[in-house]
Amino acid sequence: MRSHLLLLIVFAFFVSLVFAVITKDDLREQVRFGGLLFAGFVATALVLGWLMFPFPL
Amino acid sequence: MRATAAEQTQTGGLVLLSLASWAIPGAGHLWLGRRSKGLVFLIALPLMFALGLKIQGRLFPFDMSEPLVALAALADLGIGLSYFLAGALGYGTGDVRAVTYEYGNAFVIVAGLLNLLVVIDACDVAMGRK
Repeated sequence: MRSHLLLLIVFAFFVSLVFAVITKDDLREQVRFGGLLFAGFVATALVLGWLMFPFPL
Repeated sequence: MRATAAEQTQTGGLVLLSLASWAIPGAGHLWLGRRSKGLVFLIALPLMFALGLKIQGRLFPFDMSEPLVALAALADLGIGLSYFLAGALGYGTGDVRAVTYEYGNAFVIVAGLLNLLVVIDACDVAMGRK
């Protein structure tokens, strides 16, 4: 498993899952909040990745 | 003012609950009867920790001369017994040359920190705050 995108997605999944289960009690709310968190993580990483693309390291 | 016997028993139970919850992720929730939550933590957190070790994450030593390394070690320790088990089995040596080294560290560290949040949540439930 060397794909950075895949690892990012797996990481976002685990963190979203635990946060959703900690903060919400109802299953539907957990799915909704967890999904929102997961999408936020992935979208933010992609947007930041594109914004940083022109900058050399 | 001295604590009453009931308060002492309650405090003792809370300490025991926190220890169990720290040692085995989700054990506190299972103890309190929140089975679905406990099972999610019991599966997800050790899996995240193991995945981090699999992709060359490192179990950081308690090196007080390097404050960031010591903090990372503290976060690693948050996962409980798995930390000692992995160390005893020779996992967590980490390979800094591996492409996934930093990802592995992020998985291992965050798994430990998330488990500490789970311990706090179990305490909140036990104290009737949630």
